[in-house]
Amino acid sequence: MSLLAELSYWQQTSIRVGAGLVAVILVAGTLVMVHLFKLVSFMQSRLGPMEAGPFGSLQLLAEVGKHLQKEDIVPRKADKFVFAAAPFVVLASTFLLVVVLPGGPDAWFIQNDLGIYLAMAVSSVSVIGILMAGWGSANKYSLLGGLRATGQLIAYELPLILAVVGVVIQAGSMNLQTIVYAQANGEIFGWGGIGNPYVLTQGIAFFLFLTAMQAELTQTPFDMPIAESELVSGYMTEYSGMRFLLFFIAEFATAGVFSAIAAVLFLGGWYIPGIDPDDNIMNVLGPLVMFVKVVGLTFIVFWVRFSFPRFREDQLQRLAWKFLIPLALLNIVVTAIFKVWI
Amino acid sequence: MIGSILAAEFTDTEKWVVNSFWGVIAAVMIVAALRVVTTKNVVHAALWLVVVLAGVAIQFIFLGSEFVAVTQILVYIGAVVVLFLFGVMLTRASMGDDESVGEEKRTMAALVGVMLAVVMAVALVDTYGDDQLIIDEPQRVDEVSDAIFSQYIVPFEAVSVLLLAALIGAIVVARKD
Repeated sequence: MSLLAELSYWQQTSIRVGAGLVAVILVAGTLVMVHLFKLVSFMQSRLGPMEAGPFGSLQLLAEVGKHLQKEDIVPRKADKFVFAAAPFVVLASTFLLVVVLPGGPDAWFIQNDLGIYLAMAVSSVSVIGILMAGWGSANKYSLLGGLRATGQLIAYELPLILAVVGVVIQAGSMNLQTIVYAQANGEIFGWGGIGNPYVLTQGIAFFLFLTAMQAELTQTPFDMPIAESELVSGYMTEYSGMRFLLFFIAEFATAGVFSAIAAVLFLGGWYIPGIDPDDNIMNVLGPLVMFVKVVGLTFIVFWVRFSFPRFREDQLQRLAWKFLIPLALLNIVVTAIFKVWI
Repeated sequence: MIGSILAAEFTDTEKWVVNSFWGVIAAVMIVAALRVVTTKNVVHAALWLVVVLAGVAIQFIFLGSEFVAVTQILVYIGAVVVLFLFGVMLTRASMGDDESVGEEKRTMAALVGVMLAVVMAVALVDTYGDDQLIIDEPQRVDEVSDAIFSQYIVPFEAVSVLLLAALIGAIVVARKD
Protein backbone atom coordinates (compact mmCIF):
# COMPACT_ATOMS: atom_id res chain seq x y z
CA MET A 1 0.00 0.00 0.00
CA SER A 2 2.43 2.61 1.11
CA LEU A 3 5.96 3.14 2.28
CA LEU A 4 5.52 1.06 5.43
CA ALA A 5 4.44 -2.03 3.50
CA GLU A 6 7.83 -2.17 1.73
CA LEU A 7 9.84 -2.35 4.94
CA SER A 8 10.68 -5.63 6.59
CA TYR A 9 8.92 -6.77 9.73
CA TRP A 10 11.58 -5.67 12.22
CA GLN A 11 11.93 -2.25 10.58
CA GLN A 12 8.19 -1.67 10.80
CA THR A 13 8.21 -2.84 14.40
CA SER A 14 11.06 -0.47 15.33
CA ILE A 15 9.22 2.46 13.76
CA ARG A 16 6.03 1.56 15.63
CA VAL A 17 7.81 1.16 18.97
CA GLY A 18 9.54 4.52 18.46
CA ALA A 19 6.22 6.15 17.59
CA GLY A 20 4.71 4.64 20.74
CA LEU A 21 7.45 6.20 22.88
CA VAL A 22 6.87 9.56 21.20
CA ALA A 23 3.11 9.24 21.71
CA VAL A 24 3.51 8.62 25.44
CA ILE A 25 6.22 11.19 26.21
CA LEU A 26 5.00 13.95 23.89
CA VAL A 27 1.39 13.73 25.02
CA ALA A 28 2.30 13.57 28.71
CA GLY A 29 4.65 16.56 28.29
CA THR A 30 2.09 18.62 26.41
CA LEU A 31 -0.63 17.93 28.96
CA VAL A 32 1.58 18.90 31.90
CA MET A 33 2.82 22.05 30.20
CA VAL A 34 -0.37 23.33 28.59
CA HIS A 35 -3.01 22.11 31.03
CA LEU A 36 -1.38 21.63 34.41
CA PHE A 37 0.91 24.67 34.28
CA LYS A 38 -0.84 27.24 32.08
CA LEU A 39 -4.55 26.39 31.92
CA VAL A 40 -4.84 26.02 35.68
CA SER A 41 -2.94 29.21 36.30
CA PHE A 42 -5.34 31.00 33.98
CA MET A 43 -8.33 29.55 35.84
CA GLN A 44 -6.85 30.68 39.15
CA SER A 45 -6.03 34.19 37.87
CA ARG A 46 -2.26 33.84 38.03
CA LEU A 47 0.49 33.57 35.44
CA GLY A 48 1.98 30.18 36.24
CA PRO A 49 5.65 29.43 35.47
CA MET A 50 7.23 32.43 33.73
CA GLU A 51 10.95 32.24 34.52
CA ALA A 52 12.33 29.26 32.55
CA GLY A 53 12.36 30.21 28.87
CA PRO A 54 9.92 32.55 27.11
CA PHE A 55 6.60 32.48 29.01
CA GLY A 56 7.91 29.57 31.08
CA SER A 57 7.97 27.24 28.09
CA LEU A 58 11.08 25.40 29.33
CA GLN A 59 9.62 24.80 32.80
CA LEU A 60 8.98 21.16 31.88
CA LEU A 61 12.67 20.47 31.30
CA ALA A 62 13.47 22.16 34.59
CA GLU A 63 10.96 19.94 36.39
CA VAL A 64 12.33 16.75 34.84
CA GLY A 65 15.87 17.83 35.70
CA LYS A 66 14.82 18.53 39.26
CA HIS A 67 13.29 15.07 39.72
CA LEU A 68 16.25 13.30 38.11
CA GLN A 69 18.64 15.02 40.53
CA LYS A 70 16.71 14.01 43.62
CA GLU A 71 17.82 11.12 45.78
CA ASP A 72 15.94 7.85 45.30
CA ILE A 73 14.80 7.28 48.87
CA VAL A 74 13.54 3.83 49.87
CA PRO A 75 11.99 3.57 53.36
CA ARG A 76 13.92 1.21 55.65
CA LYS A 77 11.00 -1.13 56.30
CA ALA A 78 9.77 -1.09 52.70
CA ASP A 79 9.70 -4.22 50.60
CA LYS A 80 12.59 -3.14 48.37
CA PHE A 81 11.79 -5.02 45.18
CA VAL A 82 8.02 -4.49 45.22
CA PHE A 83 8.52 -0.81 46.07
CA ALA A 84 11.02 -0.35 43.24
CA ALA A 85 9.05 -2.27 40.62
CA ALA A 86 5.63 -0.68 41.20
CA PRO A 87 6.07 2.48 39.04
CA PHE A 88 7.35 0.37 36.16
CA VAL A 89 4.23 -1.84 36.27
CA VAL A 90 2.02 1.25 36.12
CA LEU A 91 4.03 2.77 33.25
CA ALA A 92 4.09 -0.56 31.36
CA SER A 93 0.31 -0.63 31.50
CA THR A 94 0.27 2.85 29.90
CA PHE A 95 2.64 1.80 27.12
CA LEU A 96 0.55 -1.30 26.39
CA LEU A 97 -2.54 0.91 26.17
CA VAL A 98 -0.99 3.05 23.44
CA VAL A 99 -0.59 0.13 21.03
CA VAL A 100 -4.30 -0.14 20.19
CA LEU A 101 -4.55 3.46 18.97
CA PRO A 102 -4.84 4.10 15.24
CA GLY A 103 -3.47 7.37 13.81
CA GLY A 104 -4.20 6.89 10.11
CA PRO A 105 -4.92 4.24 7.48
CA ASP A 106 -1.39 2.81 7.83
CA ALA A 107 -0.25 4.67 10.95
CA TRP A 108 -1.21 2.09 13.54
CA PHE A 109 0.79 0.20 16.17
CA ILE A 110 -1.02 -3.12 15.93
CA GLN A 111 -3.94 -4.16 13.75
CA ASN A 112 -6.09 -6.41 15.82
CA ASP A 113 -9.69 -7.47 16.09
CA LEU A 114 -9.44 -7.28 19.86
CA GLY A 115 -8.74 -3.53 19.84
CA ILE A 116 -10.73 -1.91 22.59
CA TYR A 117 -11.02 -5.18 24.54
CA LEU A 118 -7.23 -5.40 24.69
CA ALA A 119 -7.11 -1.78 25.89
CA MET A 120 -9.58 -2.45 28.70
CA ALA A 121 -7.61 -5.56 29.72
CA VAL A 122 -4.18 -3.93 29.92
CA SER A 123 -5.52 -0.80 31.60
CA SER A 124 -6.62 -3.03 34.50
CA VAL A 125 -3.02 -4.17 35.01
CA SER A 126 -2.09 -0.76 36.44
CA VAL A 127 -4.16 -1.63 39.53
CA ILE A 128 -1.56 -4.28 40.40
CA GLY A 129 1.16 -1.63 40.24
CA ILE A 130 -0.81 0.72 42.48
CA LEU A 131 -1.42 -2.03 45.05
CA MET A 132 2.29 -2.90 44.93
CA ALA A 133 3.17 0.75 45.57
CA GLY A 134 0.67 1.04 48.40
CA TRP A 135 1.77 -2.12 50.19
CA GLY A 136 5.48 -2.01 49.39
CA SER A 137 5.94 1.43 50.95
CA ALA A 138 5.23 0.06 54.46
CA ASN A 139 3.27 3.18 55.25
CA LYS A 140 -0.33 3.27 56.40
CA TYR A 141 -1.19 6.29 54.26
CA SER A 142 0.22 4.54 51.22
CA LEU A 143 -1.71 1.37 51.99
CA LEU A 144 -4.98 3.26 52.50
CA GLY A 145 -4.40 5.14 49.25
CA GLY A 146 -3.68 1.89 47.40
CA LEU A 147 -6.83 0.26 48.75
CA ARG A 148 -8.96 3.29 47.89
CA ALA A 149 -7.51 3.36 44.39
CA THR A 150 -8.25 -0.32 43.87
CA GLY A 151 -11.86 -0.08 45.04
CA GLN A 152 -12.37 2.93 42.82
CA LEU A 153 -10.71 1.48 39.72
CA ILE A 154 -12.67 -1.78 39.98
CA ALA A 155 -15.96 0.09 40.46
CA TYR A 156 -15.40 2.41 37.49
CA GLU A 157 -13.99 -0.18 35.12
CA LEU A 158 -17.54 -1.53 34.74
CA PRO A 159 -19.25 1.65 33.48
CA LEU A 160 -16.19 2.28 31.29
CA ILE A 161 -16.45 -1.12 29.58
CA LEU A 162 -20.25 -1.04 29.43
CA ALA A 163 -20.14 2.41 27.80
CA VAL A 164 -17.77 1.03 25.17
CA VAL A 165 -20.13 -1.89 24.45
CA GLY A 166 -22.70 0.51 22.98
CA VAL A 167 -20.15 1.77 20.43
CA VAL A 168 -18.98 -1.77 19.68
CA ILE A 169 -22.56 -2.86 18.96
CA GLN A 170 -23.14 0.08 16.65
CA ALA A 171 -19.85 -0.30 14.78
CA GLY A 172 -20.03 -4.09 14.73
CA SER A 173 -16.36 -4.44 15.62
CA MET A 174 -13.92 -4.07 18.51
CA ASN A 175 -11.11 -3.07 16.16
CA LEU A 176 -10.51 0.66 16.68
CA GLN A 177 -9.47 1.11 13.04
CA THR A 178 -12.77 -0.42 11.88
CA ILE A 179 -14.64 1.83 14.33
CA VAL A 180 -12.98 4.88 12.75
CA TYR A 181 -13.95 3.68 9.25
CA ALA A 182 -17.51 2.96 10.42
CA GLN A 183 -17.77 6.57 11.56
CA ALA A 184 -16.05 7.97 8.46
CA ASN A 185 -18.36 6.07 6.11
CA GLY A 186 -21.47 6.62 8.24
CA GLU A 187 -24.32 8.89 7.30
CA ILE A 188 -26.64 11.11 9.31
CA PHE A 189 -30.11 10.53 7.81
CA GLY A 190 -28.53 10.03 4.40
CA TRP A 191 -26.14 12.97 4.63
CA GLY A 192 -22.51 11.82 4.74
CA GLY A 193 -20.78 15.21 4.87
CA ILE A 194 -19.05 14.69 8.22
CA GLY A 195 -19.51 10.94 8.51
CA ASN A 196 -21.33 9.86 11.61
CA PRO A 197 -19.31 10.52 14.77
CA TYR A 198 -20.77 8.29 17.44
CA VAL A 199 -21.03 11.13 19.93
CA LEU A 200 -24.31 11.90 18.16
CA THR A 201 -25.89 8.48 18.54
CA GLN A 202 -23.98 7.34 21.63
CA GLY A 203 -24.12 10.60 23.56
CA ILE A 204 -25.02 8.82 26.79
CA ALA A 205 -22.10 6.42 26.34
CA PHE A 206 -19.80 9.41 25.73
CA PHE A 207 -20.92 11.02 28.99
CA LEU A 208 -20.50 7.70 30.84
CA PHE A 209 -17.08 7.13 29.30
CA LEU A 210 -15.81 10.59 30.25
CA THR A 211 -17.12 10.24 33.82
CA ALA A 212 -15.67 6.76 34.30
CA MET A 213 -12.44 7.93 32.66
CA GLN A 214 -12.13 10.76 35.17
CA ALA A 215 -12.43 8.17 37.96
CA GLU A 216 -10.03 5.71 36.30
CA LEU A 217 -7.46 8.50 36.04
CA THR A 218 -8.07 9.36 39.74
CA GLN A 219 -8.49 13.02 38.84
CA THR A 220 -10.59 15.30 41.02
CA PRO A 221 -13.50 14.93 41.87
CA PHE A 222 -12.45 11.27 42.14
CA ASP A 223 -9.00 11.77 43.69
CA MET A 224 -9.58 10.07 47.05
CA PRO A 225 -6.63 7.68 46.48
CA ILE A 226 -4.19 10.58 46.66
CA ALA A 227 -6.34 12.96 48.71
CA GLU A 228 -3.60 15.29 49.93
CA SER A 229 -5.56 16.60 52.91
CA GLU A 230 -6.19 13.10 54.30
CA LEU A 231 -3.52 10.71 53.00
CA VAL A 232 -0.48 12.99 52.36
CA SER A 233 -0.18 11.71 48.78
CA GLY A 234 -1.75 8.25 48.92
CA TYR A 235 0.20 5.42 47.32
CA MET A 236 2.79 7.90 46.02
CA THR A 237 3.66 9.23 49.49
CA GLU A 238 7.03 7.50 49.86
CA TYR A 239 8.22 7.95 46.30
CA SER A 240 10.79 10.50 45.30
CA GLY A 241 13.04 11.38 42.40
CA MET A 242 12.97 9.17 39.34
CA ARG A 243 10.24 6.81 40.57
CA PHE A 244 7.91 9.69 41.44
CA LEU A 245 8.55 11.03 37.95
CA LEU A 246 7.53 7.67 36.45
CA PHE A 247 4.23 7.77 38.34
CA PHE A 248 3.76 11.35 37.21
CA ILE A 249 4.42 10.53 33.54
CA ALA A 250 2.13 7.49 33.75
CA GLU A 251 -0.67 9.59 35.22
CA PHE A 252 -0.62 12.17 32.44
CA ALA A 253 0.18 9.77 29.62
CA THR A 254 -2.77 7.60 30.68
CA ALA A 255 -4.98 10.69 30.66
CA GLY A 256 -3.82 11.30 27.09
CA VAL A 257 -4.31 7.71 25.97
CA PHE A 258 -7.79 7.41 27.48
CA SER A 259 -8.74 10.70 25.80
CA ALA A 260 -7.39 9.31 22.52
CA ILE A 261 -9.51 6.18 22.95
CA ALA A 262 -12.54 8.40 23.64
CA ALA A 263 -11.70 10.41 20.51
CA VAL A 264 -11.56 7.24 18.42
CA LEU A 265 -14.75 5.80 19.84
CA PHE A 266 -16.92 8.90 19.83
CA LEU A 267 -15.35 11.72 17.80
CA GLY A 268 -14.35 9.92 14.62
CA GLY A 269 -10.68 9.33 15.48
CA TRP A 270 -8.19 10.51 12.84
CA TYR A 271 -10.82 11.06 10.12
CA ILE A 272 -11.11 14.49 8.51
CA PRO A 273 -14.44 15.21 6.75
CA GLY A 274 -13.94 15.76 3.04
CA ILE A 275 -10.72 13.77 2.65
CA ASP A 276 -10.86 10.16 1.50
CA PRO A 277 -9.86 8.13 4.60
CA ASP A 278 -7.63 5.85 2.49
CA ASP A 279 -5.63 8.77 1.08
CA ASN A 280 -1.93 8.51 1.92
CA ILE A 281 -1.90 12.08 3.26
CA MET A 282 -4.01 10.87 6.18
CA ASN A 283 -0.96 9.03 7.57
CA VAL A 284 0.52 12.47 8.23
CA LEU A 285 -2.62 14.45 9.03
CA GLY A 286 -4.26 11.65 11.05
CA PRO A 287 -1.88 11.70 14.02
CA LEU A 288 -2.15 15.52 14.13
CA VAL A 289 -5.96 15.31 14.16
CA MET A 290 -5.76 12.75 16.96
CA PHE A 291 -3.39 15.03 18.89
CA VAL A 292 -5.76 17.99 18.60
CA LYS A 293 -8.68 15.87 19.77
CA VAL A 294 -6.65 14.50 22.68
CA VAL A 295 -5.72 18.01 23.81
CA GLY A 296 -9.36 19.04 23.51
CA LEU A 297 -10.69 16.11 25.52
CA THR A 298 -8.02 16.39 28.21
CA PHE A 299 -8.97 20.06 28.46
CA ILE A 300 -12.37 18.82 29.72
CA VAL A 301 -10.66 16.42 32.13
CA PHE A 302 -8.56 19.19 33.65
CA TRP A 303 -11.37 21.71 33.58
CA VAL A 304 -13.45 19.33 35.71
CA ARG A 305 -10.41 18.54 37.84
CA PHE A 306 -9.92 22.12 38.88
CA SER A 307 -13.61 23.03 39.17
CA PHE A 308 -15.17 20.42 41.43
CA PRO A 309 -14.61 19.47 45.08
CA ARG A 310 -13.75 15.89 46.00
CA PHE A 311 -16.45 13.23 46.44
CA ARG A 312 -16.80 11.20 49.63
CA GLU A 313 -15.94 7.51 49.38
CA ASP A 314 -19.58 6.35 49.74
CA GLN A 315 -20.80 8.95 47.23
CA LEU A 316 -18.22 7.63 44.79
CA GLN A 317 -19.39 4.04 45.06
CA ARG A 318 -23.08 5.04 44.97
CA LEU A 319 -22.55 7.07 41.79
CA ALA A 320 -20.88 4.12 40.08
CA TRP A 321 -23.16 1.27 41.11
CA LYS A 322 -26.54 2.99 41.36
CA PHE A 323 -26.36 5.54 38.56
CA LEU A 324 -23.64 4.95 35.97
CA ILE A 325 -23.90 1.16 35.62
CA PRO A 326 -27.75 1.02 35.26
CA LEU A 327 -27.58 3.88 32.76
CA ALA A 328 -24.88 2.04 30.79
CA LEU A 329 -26.96 -1.16 30.75
CA LEU A 330 -29.98 0.81 29.54
CA ASN A 331 -27.83 2.33 26.78
CA ILE A 332 -26.73 -1.15 25.67
CA VAL A 333 -30.33 -2.41 25.53
CA VAL A 334 -31.52 0.61 23.52
CA THR A 335 -28.53 0.40 21.15
CA ALA A 336 -29.09 -3.32 20.60
CA ILE A 337 -32.78 -2.75 19.81
CA PHE A 338 -31.94 -0.05 17.27
CA LYS A 339 -29.17 -2.18 15.77
CA VAL A 340 -31.52 -5.11 15.20
CA TRP A 341 -34.43 -3.02 13.89
CA ILE A 342 -32.64 -0.49 11.72
CA MET B 1 -0.46 -9.16 17.41
CA ILE B 2 2.20 -11.82 17.95
CA GLY B 3 -0.29 -14.43 16.84
CA SER B 4 -0.15 -13.00 13.34
CA ILE B 5 3.60 -13.71 13.21
CA LEU B 6 2.71 -17.33 13.78
CA ALA B 7 0.46 -17.21 10.75
CA ALA B 8 3.50 -17.04 8.49
CA GLU B 9 4.79 -20.33 7.22
CA PHE B 10 7.67 -21.49 9.32
CA THR B 11 11.05 -22.74 8.33
CA ASP B 12 12.64 -25.23 10.72
CA THR B 13 14.84 -22.56 12.33
CA GLU B 14 11.87 -20.35 13.08
CA LYS B 15 10.01 -23.29 14.59
CA TRP B 16 13.02 -23.89 16.78
CA VAL B 17 13.02 -20.24 17.91
CA VAL B 18 9.31 -20.28 18.72
CA ASN B 19 9.65 -23.53 20.61
CA SER B 20 12.56 -22.22 22.67
CA PHE B 21 10.58 -19.11 23.62
CA TRP B 22 7.77 -21.41 24.63
CA GLY B 23 10.19 -23.39 26.78
CA VAL B 24 11.72 -20.30 28.41
CA ILE B 25 8.30 -18.97 29.38
CA ALA B 26 7.22 -22.39 30.62
CA ALA B 27 10.35 -22.55 32.83
CA VAL B 28 9.64 -19.09 34.25
CA MET B 29 6.07 -20.17 34.95
CA ILE B 30 7.21 -23.29 36.81
CA VAL B 31 9.65 -21.34 38.97
CA ALA B 32 7.00 -18.69 39.71
CA ALA B 33 4.40 -21.37 40.52
CA LEU B 34 6.80 -22.99 42.99
CA ARG B 35 7.46 -19.61 44.58
CA VAL B 36 3.69 -19.09 45.00
CA VAL B 37 3.46 -22.10 47.30
CA THR B 38 6.85 -21.84 49.04
CA THR B 39 7.08 -18.14 49.88
CA LYS B 40 6.20 -17.17 53.43
CA ASN B 41 4.88 -13.79 52.41
CA VAL B 42 1.21 -13.82 51.36
CA VAL B 43 1.49 -10.67 49.21
CA HIS B 44 4.56 -12.06 47.45
CA ALA B 45 2.64 -15.26 46.75
CA ALA B 46 -0.12 -13.25 45.04
CA LEU B 47 2.46 -11.30 43.01
CA TRP B 48 4.19 -14.52 41.90
CA LEU B 49 0.75 -15.73 40.84
CA VAL B 50 0.59 -12.71 38.52
CA VAL B 51 3.77 -13.98 36.81
CA VAL B 52 2.26 -17.45 36.37
CA LEU B 53 -0.99 -16.09 34.94
CA ALA B 54 0.83 -13.69 32.61
CA GLY B 55 2.82 -16.70 31.39
CA VAL B 56 -0.43 -18.52 30.65
CA ALA B 57 -1.60 -15.51 28.63
CA ILE B 58 1.64 -15.52 26.61
CA GLN B 59 1.30 -19.25 25.92
CA PHE B 60 -2.23 -18.65 24.63
CA ILE B 61 -0.82 -16.06 22.24
CA PHE B 62 1.71 -18.64 21.03
CA LEU B 63 -1.25 -20.90 20.31
CA GLY B 64 -2.93 -18.15 18.27
CA SER B 65 -5.80 -17.72 20.74
CA GLU B 66 -5.54 -13.99 21.26
CA PHE B 67 -9.05 -13.55 22.61
CA VAL B 68 -8.45 -16.15 25.31
CA ALA B 69 -5.09 -14.55 26.13
CA VAL B 70 -6.60 -11.10 26.61
CA THR B 71 -9.47 -12.56 28.62
CA GLN B 72 -6.86 -14.26 30.79
CA ILE B 73 -5.27 -10.87 31.50
CA LEU B 74 -8.59 -9.08 32.06
CA VAL B 75 -10.18 -11.69 34.31
CA TYR B 76 -7.29 -13.29 36.19
CA ILE B 77 -4.69 -10.54 36.48
CA GLY B 78 -7.03 -7.55 36.35
CA ALA B 79 -9.73 -8.94 38.63
CA VAL B 80 -8.98 -12.17 40.50
CA VAL B 81 -5.44 -11.40 41.68
CA VAL B 82 -6.43 -7.81 42.41
CA LEU B 83 -9.19 -9.12 44.67
CA PHE B 84 -6.70 -11.51 46.33
CA LEU B 85 -4.32 -8.62 47.01
CA PHE B 86 -7.18 -6.38 48.12
CA GLY B 87 -8.42 -9.01 50.60
CA VAL B 88 -4.95 -9.78 51.92
CA MET B 89 -4.09 -6.11 52.38
CA LEU B 90 -7.38 -5.37 54.15
CA THR B 91 -6.84 -8.18 56.65
CA ARG B 92 -3.20 -9.21 57.19
CA ALA B 93 -0.77 -7.14 55.19
CA SER B 94 2.22 -7.63 57.46
CA MET B 95 5.55 -6.68 55.96
CA GLY B 96 8.15 -9.40 55.86
CA ASP B 97 7.63 -13.14 56.26
CA ASP B 98 4.74 -14.67 58.14
CA GLU B 99 6.08 -17.86 59.76
CA SER B 100 2.62 -19.31 60.42
CA VAL B 101 1.81 -19.62 56.70
CA GLY B 102 0.96 -23.14 55.58
CA GLU B 103 3.04 -25.16 58.07
CA GLU B 104 0.68 -27.94 59.12
CA LYS B 105 -1.03 -28.62 55.79
CA ARG B 106 2.11 -28.88 53.68
CA THR B 107 2.08 -32.66 53.19
CA MET B 108 -1.59 -32.85 52.25
CA ALA B 109 -1.20 -29.93 49.82
CA ALA B 110 1.79 -31.58 48.15
CA LEU B 111 -0.14 -34.84 47.87
CA VAL B 112 -3.16 -33.18 46.26
CA GLY B 113 -0.90 -31.20 43.92
CA VAL B 114 0.98 -34.28 42.71
CA MET B 115 -2.25 -36.22 42.25
CA LEU B 116 -3.78 -33.41 40.19
CA ALA B 117 -0.64 -33.12 38.06
CA VAL B 118 -0.58 -36.89 37.39
CA VAL B 119 -4.29 -37.03 36.50
CA MET B 120 -4.01 -34.07 34.12
CA ALA B 121 -0.79 -35.33 32.51
CA VAL B 122 -2.28 -38.79 31.92
CA ALA B 123 -5.50 -37.32 30.55
CA LEU B 124 -3.68 -34.94 28.18
CA VAL B 125 -1.17 -37.50 26.91
CA ASP B 126 -3.92 -40.09 26.52
CA THR B 127 -6.10 -37.69 24.52
CA TYR B 128 -3.56 -35.94 22.30
CA GLY B 129 -0.51 -38.19 22.24
CA ASP B 130 1.72 -37.06 19.41
CA ASP B 131 -0.85 -34.82 17.74
CA GLN B 132 0.60 -31.57 16.44
CA LEU B 133 -1.39 -28.36 16.56
CA ILE B 134 -1.31 -26.67 13.18
CA ILE B 135 -2.01 -22.97 13.45
CA ASP B 136 -2.75 -21.46 10.06
CA GLU B 137 -3.79 -18.11 11.44
CA PRO B 138 -4.72 -16.63 14.81
CA GLN B 139 -8.22 -17.34 15.95
CA ARG B 140 -10.57 -14.56 14.95
CA VAL B 141 -12.79 -12.85 17.51
CA ASP B 142 -15.92 -13.25 15.40
CA GLU B 143 -15.28 -17.01 15.21
CA VAL B 144 -15.16 -17.14 19.00
CA SER B 145 -18.35 -15.11 19.41
CA ASP B 146 -20.16 -17.13 16.71
CA ALA B 147 -19.21 -20.35 18.49
CA ILE B 148 -20.33 -19.03 21.89
CA PHE B 149 -23.68 -17.71 20.69
CA SER B 150 -24.65 -20.63 18.45
CA GLN B 151 -23.03 -23.95 19.23
CA TYR B 152 -22.30 -23.31 22.90
CA ILE B 153 -25.27 -21.09 23.77
CA VAL B 154 -26.70 -23.47 26.39
CA PRO B 155 -23.45 -23.93 28.39
CA PHE B 156 -22.86 -20.18 28.09
CA GLU B 157 -26.27 -19.33 29.55
CA ALA B 158 -25.85 -21.99 32.24
CA VAL B 159 -22.53 -20.44 33.30
CA SER B 160 -24.16 -16.99 33.35
CA VAL B 161 -26.91 -18.22 35.67
CA LEU B 162 -24.33 -19.96 37.86
CA LEU B 163 -22.30 -16.76 38.18
CA LEU B 164 -25.46 -14.80 38.97
CA ALA B 165 -26.30 -17.33 41.70
CA ALA B 166 -22.77 -16.94 43.13
CA LEU B 167 -23.18 -13.15 43.04
CA ILE B 168 -26.50 -13.26 44.90
CA GLY B 169 -25.01 -15.78 47.35
CA ALA B 170 -22.12 -13.41 48.08
CA ILE B 171 -24.56 -10.56 48.75
CA VAL B 172 -26.68 -12.76 51.05
CA VAL B 173 -23.59 -13.87 53.01
CA ALA B 174 -22.22 -10.32 53.29
CA ARG B 175 -25.47 -8.59 54.30
CA LYS B 176 -26.03 -8.14 57.99
CA ASP B 177 -29.80 -7.49 58.09
